[in-house]
Amino acid sequence: MNAPVLEVKDLVKHYPIRRGGRSVRAVDGVSLSVGPGEVLGLVGESGSGKSTIGRCVLRLTEPTAGSVSLGGRDVTHLSRRALRPLRRDVHMVFQDPYSSLNPRFTVGQIVAEPLRRHGVARGAEAETRVREMLERVGLSADMRTRRPHELSGGQRQRVGLARALVLEPKLVVADEPVSALDVSVQASVLNLIADLQRDMGFSCLFITHDLSVVEFLADRIAVMYLGRIVETGPTEKIFAEPQHPYTQALLSAAPEPDPVRQRERRRVVLGGEVPSPLDPPTGCRFHTRCPIAVDTCRTDEPRLTGVREADRPVACHLVTPSAVPDLTEGN
Amino acid sequence: MADQTLSAPLPALAGATPGRARQVWRRFRRRPAAVAGLALVAGFLALAVIGPLVTADPAAQDYSAPLAPPSGGHLLGTDDLGRDLLARIAYGARVSLEAGVLSVLLAMVVGVPIGLVAGYYRRFLDPVVMRLVDVVLAFPFLIFAVGMAAILGPSLRNVIIALGVSQLPGIIRVTRGEVLTLRELDYVAAAVADGAGDGRIMFRYVLPGATSTLIVQATVGIPTAIIGEATLSFLGLGVQPPTPSWGVVLTDAQQFLDQAPWLAIWPGVMIALSTLGFNLLGDGLRDALDPRSVR
Repeated sequence: MNAPVLEVKDLVKHYPIRRGGRSVRAVDGVSLSVGPGEVLGLVGESGSGKSTIGRCVLRLTEPTAGSVSLGGRDVTHLSRRALRPLRRDVHMVFQDPYSSLNPRFTVGQIVAEPLRRHGVARGAEAETRVREMLERVGLSADMRTRRPHELSGGQRQRVGLARALVLEPKLVVADEPVSALDVSVQASVLNLIADLQRDMGFSCLFITHDLSVVEFLADRIAVMYLGRIVETGPTEKIFAEPQHPYTQALLSAAPEPDPVRQRERRRVVLGGEVPSPLDPPTGCRFHTRCPIAVDTCRTDEPRLTGVREADRPVACHLVTPSAVPDLTEGN
Repeated sequence: MADQTLSAPLPALAGATPGRARQVWRRFRRRPAAVAGLALVAGFLALAVIGPLVTADPAAQDYSAPLAPPSGGHLLGTDDLGRDLLARIAYGARVSLEAGVLSVLLAMVVGVPIGLVAGYYRRFLDPVVMRLVDVVLAFPFLIFAVGMAAILGPSLRNVIIALGVSQLPGIIRVTRGEVLTLRELDYVAAAVADGAGDGRIMFRYVLPGATSTLIVQATVGIPTAIIGEATLSFLGLGVQPPTPSWGVVLTDAQQFLDQAPWLAIWPGVMIALSTLGFNLLGDGLRDALDPRSVR
């Protein structure tokens, strides 16, 4: 077995609130792993804690508890200095193409920074690598003398991608890389990411709130709700047969391209709001909005286990070896 | 084409792109207000440097014409001791600008690094530095400057130190505020994720983003310091007579306001115009230095 490129175990991140001694439980016991060359789509609503996980992986945020391992090495408690050489292999693509590039640097400087920092290439050699990288992300090499404000959102995101990939990392954490872009540009950037991933073979933790984005990109999907993973498994299986009621609701909210089927389809509309992560519900965190919740759901927290299939754990009391709840059939 | 061959051996990675200064100047030049500000400041600098060389001795008294109105002999008139007002204003420009510029420079040189470090090491240093700043800010600017100057003793050098230290808390605050915002930006996170050291992040990623604000802060500080110098001199804590500064001339003129109003008008105009000039220059520089500004 190949060691996973990224392994997160029981990750917890609480943000203390100044008054009252309470804390926002952004991430509350999440485990996940990304294998070599694998793309894991981490899906959830805003506030579900998915971005916090991404930031913890890069140690931009210090986790409250749990561990993060990169290539089998626990990096949770490494000093910043000791972490530095490992950073060569892990990079991040950010959501906001406007704040993620230093406005005072040229595109060439931005992409060359990682090369310079890790002592990989300098001078003319770095210049060559930058040119190559810019062309690989679909930009002209002449772009390197431009500054970020001269570029469009899509172009900026390509620069961010070039910066993340110029060192040929083993893992890329992509935090909603296309959410801030126009729909027409989203597709081309997604295609680019897919192509580069295939060519360069990096693993990817792809964070998004948009299921349709990961359907086409991810090998596996993990669905988050209020700081926990509720269901995970291979992409096709999740899309073909979602088991957790929340996943079913998410999938039914995505529009169907075929208008006939779209009209026939039964949509699951969840009532209410996401509860506050300051004070998550007892038992199953989803029970306040779950249309089929039973008493057990209010008291007992379901564990994330492979009830029906070992490769697709789900955290729901109602999923049993013999039955799967189906919200789309009469409720 | 020629440009490209020239830059080939030294690729664009070297730092600022060639022609950056020219770019800034081009953007600056398009703003009439900015150019006017620059002209005013340049004019005052010229007055400060050349003025005293061509005018009369500012201490020489013309006993035949005390409080003389403007005339051929004394272009701006004379004061109560018969000293030439033009000469005093020209020489005063030197003293006033020196006090204004140097005190702000002192405050920036000391305050910006403190604010930068405090904002960056928010958890450990910031509370300590900010409480100290609050203590100083509890005193009004002029009161603090007066206190400092009284302790240090009257001289131009001590005025500069007193005004510089009095401006320090403001500079630290503004720098720290900017740093707190800038350090949360994704491009800083990208640099951290990439393993950049604290020093590089502070000076290459965070501080450059604060320059435009700091330039404005400095240009607002200079006129404040010029007025501060005038106040200290009026109280006898600043420049000592017979050395003239605009503040000294202005305060001398107070008692003769009804007999010789020109005595008060000219130093007043000087202070007002230099304030305006520095402010316009600051606004223009801020816009021109911002890489995001179009054109």
